[in-house]
Amino acid sequence: MNQTYNLQIGLFIPCYIDQFYPQVGIATLELLHKLGLDVHYPLKQTCCGQPMANSGSEKEAVPTYKNFIRNFCQFDYVVSPSGSCVYHVREHYNILEQTDEVKKVRKNTFELCEFIVDVLKMDDLKIDYPHKVGIHQSCHGLRGLKLGTSSELVAERSSKVHRLLEKAKGIEIINLDREDECCGFGGTFSVFYPDVSVRMGKDRLNDHLRNGTEIITATDMSCLMHLEGIIRRQKYNLKVAHIAEILNSNSL
Amino acid sequence: MTKHSCKAGQFLKNEQYAAWHDETLWIVREKRDKMARAVPEWEKLRERASKIKEHTLSELDNYLIEFEKQALKNGAQVHWAADAAQFNQIVYNIINENNASKVVKSKSMLTEECGLNLFLETKGIEVTDTDLGERIIQFRNEPPSHIVMPAIHLKKEEISELFHQKLQTEEGNFDPAYLTTAARLHLRQKFLEAEVAITGVNFAVAETGTVVVCTNEGNADMGAHAAPVQIHCMGIEKIIPGIVDLGVFIRLLARSATGQLITTYTSHYTGPKPGGHMHIVIVDNGRSEHLAKKDYLNALKCIRCGACMNTCPVYRRSGGHSYGSVIPGPIGSILAPHSQIKTSSDLPFASSLCGSCSDVCPVKIDIHDQLYRWRQDLSEMKLVSPGKRYAMKIAGKILSKSKMYDCLGKTARYVIKNLPHKLIYNRFNIWGKGRELPEVPKESFKQWYKRTYQEKGG
Repeated sequence: MNQTYNLQIGLFIPCYIDQFYPQVGIATLELLHKLGLDVHYPLKQTCCGQPMANSGSEKEAVPTYKNFIRNFCQFDYVVSPSGSCVYHVREHYNILEQTDEVKKVRKNTFELCEFIVDVLKMDDLKIDYPHKVGIHQSCHGLRGLKLGTSSELVAERSSKVHRLLEKAKGIEIINLDREDECCGFGGTFSVFYPDVSVRMGKDRLNDHLRNGTEIITATDMSCLMHLEGIIRRQKYNLKVAHIAEILNSNSL
Repeated sequence: MTKHSCKAGQFLKNEQYAAWHDETLWIVREKRDKMARAVPEWEKLRERASKIKEHTLSELDNYLIEFEKQALKNGAQVHWAADAAQFNQIVYNIINENNASKVVKSKSMLTEECGLNLFLETKGIEVTDTDLGERIIQFRNEPPSHIVMPAIHLKKEEISELFHQKLQTEEGNFDPAYLTTAARLHLRQKFLEAEVAITGVNFAVAETGTVVVCTNEGNADMGAHAAPVQIHCMGIEKIIPGIVDLGVFIRLLARSATGQLITTYTSHYTGPKPGGHMHIVIVDNGRSEHLAKKDYLNALKCIRCGACMNTCPVYRRSGGHSYGSVIPGPIGSILAPHSQIKTSSDLPFASSLCGSCSDVCPVKIDIHDQLYRWRQDLSEMKLVSPGKRYAMKIAGKILSKSKMYDCLGKTARYVIKNLPHKLIYNRFNIWGKGRELPEVPKESFKQWYKRTYQEKGG
């Protein structure tokens, strides 16, 4: 492997990606390698703790937070294919004692796209992707990590995900009627609010169908897990692919 | 499932109606976007408004005293109510002292909060809500489903039927112009008869002692101008320091609420009309207690524009009545637990935490963060179901230990892969109600990684 950066990267693969979508983890790892990075995957990692915290049990999540810190405090950067988990680490690890290690991990944990754009300062990954792609703007990435400008704000429009995809050869990025409405996953919301959650998902999918999307992508596999579950149940003619899978189809 | 989740499920049963409700409110959100984007300094305005409110709340006692001093100087009478009961009594006493029995009222969420209508009606006072939407729901004897558009849950066909019964309009005629004319004629009579007019207050200017009321229908003015006695009801948080601050809020309010530049009427009431009486009732009803809670303080900045409701994907798909609180939607879900913690402990969970509410809020209330914080506090107070808390305790144990996590992950994948479809999609599998579970891979990422990098010595 050709290492062009003198950086030690810790790869965080969220629990549900680890268990259900290993191909997303593999794509992330391969992409980071292609980008010339020295990537380490600590084997004792588990989860960021968000499922407990979003349900109101943030105290029960503290041992999981500590496990995360233990696994990742030695790296220059922690990179993860999940905006939501990264947001959780940055925003909600504030209840831990703010030791140097905790502060370092909170500061240096990055979502994959923002790591590529903001840290590596790259946006053209030499991708060939001749497909009609609908971008689902996962909320925690968009509004939490500010990977882009949310439609509510009056500011210059920007989106790191768009920046990375726009350069892809042959790609057609689909414009949606509602550019960044939530898909309805919301972690445990998806099971405590099944009717609203599924309805929100169906509405998002119909927006994509109406506008000609073939493949829906997002920075969070959790949104896509929920949407794919509905696609398969409803037999919609749509596919999902995590952004890492698209970015890894490059020729770097 | 919580109370609100069940009610939301009921709401969604009529798919077409639910789609109409969602789309109707989304159109309001889009109108708001168009208006906001036409103001290049929009984000600066929001910041400014938020800072003004922050400052005002930090010196609320002083500003309230200043406001009272000015209002008295202007010839208004000022009353202080510690809670809803005192408030209702004060309003009743004013009505009683004036030997009045007929009252018109323009929209005021505070009077909804305090149950004023019901209180006055039991005392034999006739109260007529004069905002069209409010009058409609008053006829139907139901609470508002939205704070700005109280009858937004109703279609014109339903209103036609209601007016046919109550105002004897033609059956089956649901032409909006025809129906509103009927409402105007009906309300005109009420305005002429009224001896007392009650209004809410959008802003109370400490510097001048003025109360400012924003309406589109002019009904607050019609009431206050025609009736000899006018009563303006406000929560203590309605204060803003000076008249220059008002412009900031007026520019934000109607744009955020309905996508208008400004409400049709922005009325300043500074003193009684010749021969008339002007009363201002300032109500606490739990607000000073709320003021002391640092983490939740920002919610008191709310200017009741309703933008968070229009943008909320959950509100649009569950309807205002499903919340069971006076103020529904995201802001209602962080306000309600302050006064009714037991009956509203489910509301902070009525959100996917998408954060759209916080980004749309004209005074930058950290709504989704407060929802998150409420969840923690409610859990600490044991107001989250024991089952859920127990499940999270177990999850916390598993997810903190990698060996246990790896082992259980493997088991879960095995179970999903090998159990028959019917057994997996049982009634306890809530995920499976409307969705398929993910297809199970033969190995986890961790297993793949170990196989690929460690066994090969990579």
